[in-house]
Amino acid sequence: MNTALRRLATVVVVMFLALLAGTTWVQFGQASALNNDSRNVRTLYREYGKPRGPIIVAGQPVAQSTPVDDPFGFQRSYTQPELYSTVTGFYSVVNGGSQLERSMNDVLTGQADSLFWSRVQDLITGAQPQGSSIELTLDPAAQQAAVDALGGQQGAVVAVEPSTGKILAMVSTPGFDPNALATHDTTAANAAYQGLLAADGDPLINSTTSENYPPGSTFKLVTAAAALESGSYTPESVLSAPDVYTLPGTRTTLPNFGGSSCGANEQTTLADALRISCNTAFASLGVDLGDEAIREQADRFGFDRADLTVPMRVAASTYPEDLNDAQTALSAIGQESVRATPVQMAMVASAIANGGSLMTPYLVQTVRTANLDVVSEAEPTELSEAVSGTTAQQLTDMMVGVVQSGSGTSAQISGVQVAGKTGTAQTGVEGESPHAWFTGFAPAEDPQVAVAVIVENGGSVGSEATGGRVAAPVARAVMEAVINP
Amino acid sequence: MATVEAHRVRAGRGTELALLVLALAIAIASYALVGLGATDELPADVLGYGAGMTGLALAVHLVLRWRAPYADPVILPSVIALNGIGLAMIYRIDLAREARGGTEMFAGKQLALSAVSVVLACVVLVLLRDHRTLRRYTYTAMVVGLVLILLPLIPGLGVTINGARIWIRALGFSLQPAELAKIALAVFFAGYLVTHRDTLALAGPKVLGLQLPRVRDFGPIIVVWAASIAVLVLQSDLGTSLLLFGLFVAMLYVATERLSWIIIGLVMFAGGVAVATATFGHVAARFHIWLHALDQDVFERAPGGSGQLVRGLFGLASGGLFGTGWGQGRPDLVPFAESDFIIASLGEELGLTGLMAILTIYLVLCQRGLRTAIGVRDGFGKLLAAGLAFVIAFQCFVVVGGITRIIPLTGLTTPFLAYGGSSLLANWIVAALLLRISDDARRPAPEPVGELLTTPAGGTPLDEDARNPVAVAGDDQPTEQLRRTSGGGRA
Repeated sequence: MNTALRRLATVVVVMFLALLAGTTWVQFGQASALNNDSRNVRTLYREYGKPRGPIIVAGQPVAQSTPVDDPFGFQRSYTQPELYSTVTGFYSVVNGGSQLERSMNDVLTGQADSLFWSRVQDLITGAQPQGSSIELTLDPAAQQAAVDALGGQQGAVVAVEPSTGKILAMVSTPGFDPNALATHDTTAANAAYQGLLAADGDPLINSTTSENYPPGSTFKLVTAAAALESGSYTPESVLSAPDVYTLPGTRTTLPNFGGSSCGANEQTTLADALRISCNTAFASLGVDLGDEAIREQADRFGFDRADLTVPMRVAASTYPEDLNDAQTALSAIGQESVRATPVQMAMVASAIANGGSLMTPYLVQTVRTANLDVVSEAEPTELSEAVSGTTAQQLTDMMVGVVQSGSGTSAQISGVQVAGKTGTAQTGVEGESPHAWFTGFAPAEDPQVAVAVIVENGGSVGSEATGGRVAAPVARAVMEAVINP
Repeated sequence: MATVEAHRVRAGRGTELALLVLALAIAIASYALVGLGATDELPADVLGYGAGMTGLALAVHLVLRWRAPYADPVILPSVIALNGIGLAMIYRIDLAREARGGTEMFAGKQLALSAVSVVLACVVLVLLRDHRTLRRYTYTAMVVGLVLILLPLIPGLGVTINGARIWIRALGFSLQPAELAKIALAVFFAGYLVTHRDTLALAGPKVLGLQLPRVRDFGPIIVVWAASIAVLVLQSDLGTSLLLFGLFVAMLYVATERLSWIIIGLVMFAGGVAVATATFGHVAARFHIWLHALDQDVFERAPGGSGQLVRGLFGLASGGLFGTGWGQGRPDLVPFAESDFIIASLGEELGLTGLMAILTIYLVLCQRGLRTAIGVRDGFGKLLAAGLAFVIAFQCFVVVGGITRIIPLTGLTTPFLAYGGSSLLANWIVAALLLRISDDARRPAPEPVGELLTTPAGGTPLDEDARNPVAVAGDDQPTEQLRRTSGGGRA
């Protein structure tokens, strides 16, 4: 029997080898997949078990982890949520996270690849691992001005420094209180979350990056840029501007806003057409340029890019494919199915302000470890050369005209030359008031801030709204806050 | 007989004591570290606990010195270490439960159960002077074993927990009778096989180069096969079913040395399981959970989903290579973290390294058991030791394999580690039996029996063996008996 016993002993060894292989497979081979499984609450608990890095604006933390006496050990708390909820998003045990809390999670928890050496140091020195802090590019004054100027209206504001791409203001209203979601009382957190999901105006959504709106007349900047870049047009080029334009190949007619005339003899110059936002002139210009030319120009301003992150992902703004002439005419004035995020329209203004060079917008300036070592510092990068310097200058002059004597006069700031463009975009939904847009920059000769504002469905004035009346004052307030602190 | 070199046989009690100190150090340090890790302070009762564990270990050690001085010195320390690690983890999960406002505490009960088990193990060692006595109860053991296995099926007595009907509840106590049944069945198989092994080993037809047994000898394996498939179908307990059949096939192989029995056994069992899977939904469900554990719908299904299994995997994964450390993980997130899933809890806090160490202790324990089987001279003892050692190994394999998804998850408990009275009690008895047999295996020569003999102070009579054959009931191993007398090495 001893031979059989020895073989049995071998079988036992083999069984245990199988177990060792099995445990190795689970604890080593599959470990990272299992740890990243969304159903694995341990990962969340582990993140909470140590302090998460703060989010800092102008030296002040706007989101930080404070020690609490419960199994998690730390709870996220937000100061001035009314100003910063759009940017910080929330961080919740029950409902995960959003905005920066989500897109910068690796850094805030200290798990990012870039923080590898810092983790090794912690391991050696025995220091408690901590998340890294992120310092934002936001200007508190601009942020405050945007929130105040929007007031109770539903809308969004993005302000960018044209020369660098730094995002100075990013506000989407209505905002929300992330503290209500950060509570460890899961019932309360859930109730708050469900309440916000059901609330009017989607407070949890950051419309500056995630909402695509018809850009309306602000898109005429792109059409005008395409015309100037084609070499066949100058600001003084005379365009046909009928009072009513019949869309090619259809019997549908397009009137000017309020049924007005754009100029004598149904003609106007490109500069004047932009100044008073003449629909018929731009519709026929669009057909003359063709949809290819406009799409190419739009893409150089950043349209149709799905890969832009600031670091939150910015939804791709779209200029539709394969248009017939009637659709091209409508697209040229920012209707039809042209869609743009507020960030996108701020990029258009920013590129024009920066001599045609579009800088990549970004929110995070500096990442520091818990002991204040700088891990990374944002470097401004050019996203594309949107238009030539000449075209940029011509567009700037035309946009100055819009604010001086055109549709955007309420964006004027005393002592400062402001360039801008209004927009009043039909939403395409019967009975809904139009969205009021304004995009522009100041000072025109040395731009420090480019801004895009949308007030949804006309804001407080409803169907009476125009971009000039509702959105321009908001833009003015934000620009003023940056220029005259 | 040639000249026999006189050498002193090392009884091993000193080695055992040294190893016990190590095992107790592991157990008590684990307990202390749990407190430090979870609450930043030493557990208030660490001294009492340490004294308790030391007392239990010393009690068995002294009984061994008294009644089984040549017993294997590694078995007891291995068991104490495992029992201590298990207790520390159960205490750790108590702390987690307490932190969440729970009141049900298990560590104290488990310590009390350990004490009862140790007392029982000592009683076995004291009363059972010779393991061959058990052979007289071969068929009694069969009846006891079968009754124990069938008990949970009795209405009013059996309880279904987690879909498996393997518990009985009576007089306020719950019991998993299959745990005790495995001992009775090991005794029965050993007794039966030692008597019939010659017949079972007889050659039959040769098929595809494989020497098959005679058809008429298939009776016993069919009976055991039917019993284990019945357990699978009626009690929905793949674990006990596997354990029962695996034990039988392993012992059958040891008794007959015929590979064909193993192949026949595996084929029969696989076939039976396949048919049961196709016929009975609950058996099929177990396999589905195993194969599709991570699917969302399987994960969410309750009861009967893979939630527990997957949560255990999450725990293991979060432990990684080195674990979170005692008291630093979240083992309480896994249902039954202190019993069925204690391996996942240990894997989370001690990591792959710790789990490998624990598995190695088991491996050492089982190999010492099998070494005992090789060393012991009577066939019954060989088979019993092999069966008991194998049953521990196999149970580990089934449990840990289930948790790590090597095989479908079953309802068995991890020997010595897991919370549960029946399991602890049964496994300590297994340990006591192994110790008893190992004493016989390592003893230099048969001990004088009865008053027939009084050893003169100067030495023993040369013809002692001839005058005093050991009275063994039904020993059918004359050759090995001979080997013992010649190899005894007496001065």
